[in-house]
Amino acid sequence: MELVAARPGTLTDKPFHYCPGCTHGIIHRLVAEVLEELDLRGKAIGIASVGCSVFAYDYFRCDMQQAAHGRAPAVATGIKRTQPESFVFTYQGDGDLGSIGIGETVHAANRGENISIIFVNNAVYGMTGGQMAPTTLLGQRSTTSPGGREAKAHGYPLPVAEMLATLPGVAYLARTKVTSPAGIHTTKRAIKLAFRAQIAERGFSLVEILSTCPTNWHLDPIAALEFVDKEMAQVYPLKVFRTFE
Amino acid sequence: MTESMGLMKGNEAMAEAALRAGCRAYFGYPITPQNEIPDYMARRLPKRGGIFLQAESEVAAINMVYGAGGAGVRVMTSSSSPGISLMQEGLSYIACAEIPCVIINMVRSGPGLGGILPAQGDYFQATKGGGHGDYKLLVLAPSTVQEAVDITYEAFDLADKYRNPVMILGDGLLGQMMESVRLPKPVGYLEEKPWATTGCGYGEPRVINSLYIEGPIMEERIRRIFRKYAQMEQDEVRWEEYLTEDAELLVAAYGSTARIAKTAVARARDKGMAIGLFRPISLYPFPYGKLRELAGRLKGILTVEMSMGQMVEDIKLGVEGACPVSFYGRAGGMIPTPGEILTQIEAMWSRLP
Ligand SMILES: Cc1ncc(C[n+]2csc(CCOP(=O)(O)OP(=O)(O)O)c2C)c(N)n1
Ligand code: SF4
Repeated sequence: MELVAARPGTLTDKPFHYCPGCTHGIIHRLVAEVLEELDLRGKAIGIASVGCSVFAYDYFRCDMQQAAHGRAPAVATGIKRTQPESFVFTYQGDGDLGSIGIGETVHAANRGENISIIFVNNAVYGMTGGQMAPTTLLGQRSTTSPGGREAKAHGYPLPVAEMLATLPGVAYLARTKVTSPAGIHTTKRAIKLAFRAQIAERGFSLVEILSTCPTNWHLDPIAALEFVDKEMAQVYPLKVFRTFE
Repeated sequence: MTESMGLMKGNEAMAEAALRAGCRAYFGYPITPQNEIPDYMARRLPKRGGIFLQAESEVAAINMVYGAGGAGVRVMTSSSSPGISLMQEGLSYIACAEIPCVIINMVRSGPGLGGILPAQGDYFQATKGGGHGDYKLLVLAPSTVQEAVDITYEAFDLADKYRNPVMILGDGLLGQMMESVRLPKPVGYLEEKPWATTGCGYGEPRVINSLYIEGPIMEERIRRIFRKYAQMEQDEVRWEEYLTEDAELLVAAYGSTARIAKTAVARARDKGMAIGLFRPISLYPFPYGKLRELAGRLKGILTVEMSMGQMVEDIKLGVEGACPVSFYGRAGGMIPTPGEILTQIEAMWSRLP
């Protein structure tokens, strides 16, 4: 029998702990495939952040450091500056990157830090049980915005990629989603370009990936995918903001 | 082998000692009274093949230290009290993940924004953990520029040996003071760190982590770092004694305050009082054992600090009630004078039975 699909060698055998219908798993696989295809496993150092993906160090078969909530870009900076030959990436949620760690994100981007960030935006705090994130949509219910997010009380959904797009240190920046085979394909291509930006020493690269949280959105997996397509992608348009080639 | 450098300012001498100890990365954020350290590093570190980076905050700086230390290089940061407060979460991660690094705290007065004058109000924070959870920093407190140099140089070895952060607790006086120093020769070969995340090649991946969600595993982790602390308590306890042999009263003080106290003790001796000085150098591990031994034949201990009384609690713990302990402190950036301390000594002496 011909083997047509297998786990990329850069993923360990450990089964993902993600909820059914959560797209964190798909994104992990894409990152692993790109690390494999660009032959980066041996020199990669990944940074796991605080959020549902905190155990990323159990899944990626490469050197990993786990970082405090929001600080992954600073940890990545410390590694990359002292190990310039290595390949350094972070994997962060929207609470981690867009709220508590927005300072580290902006400054790493503004320094043109030669690191790559996988930014998983699911518009909610997954791990702590569905609180409002800076990316939560207007009207979207969460445990801490039970009546739905209101601009007056909670501010507006934070357009992280649009903000970063104003910074000259950014080499590659795109927003994608993984709700369909085409979206998965585009996302993989974006991750590859982001990683190539680092290999070519062009500076900071980030891919914002719209992702599902069926558990805290209280939607079934199919409806969660539709929520990304119909609601989130309206507020967070898919786009290549910056490219380098 | 050392090299005489003539006069150097404490902050700059410590920075140079760090470079000679093989420090190859510095991350920090400006704050008085330690700015000469980053300034010196910015000028010299790149020339020696190292990395200097001014971080966007102390929070970012300590996490850069965590990354670089995790990747195996000798790394340090320096700051002063409010900045060190911001680093506490990172230090807790670093201690749990067992990453070697060196932190210099040139203490200023607090709480709050306080002032930029010297103080010793960060003793509790430095010696009792400081951040969340069960951990400790190895804390060393020099009292002269030469000692600051020697301690800084050795701090990197200690950090590597124990895979634990080492904090050097100074203050504005020590940092600004100019004294003649001898500097150690630059280190040569440094041992490999097989645990460091430098890219695993095609070998086994390494993980730097402080998350252990299962109680028994986390407890074992904590026990593991505490076995190191037990080792430190055996091997790294340091103190200085001055005229203690026949002393009936001791002054206990550390850092800059100890220097001032020494002058007061010498004056008291001139006046015929049998007074000595006990100066803890390692604040964690604290020299409880030596203190207990001395206390048995003393009539009292006067603890002097530039705070409202922090180390005095460790003095009392060490003394175990064997003799009375009294306290004299100045705070807010006010520095006790030898005369003030002498007055305290005389008062205590006159009350002796
Ligand atoms: C300093 C600190 N504050 C708060 C927390 C608690 N916490 C853990 S995960 C998390 C939210 C993570 O949300 P996000 O980054 O969106 O990732 P997701 O879980 O949705 O993938 C929070 C607030 C923490 N671990 N550390
Ligand atoms: S809580 Fe949400 S983000 Fe976390 S694993 Fe479950 S579905 Fe995914």
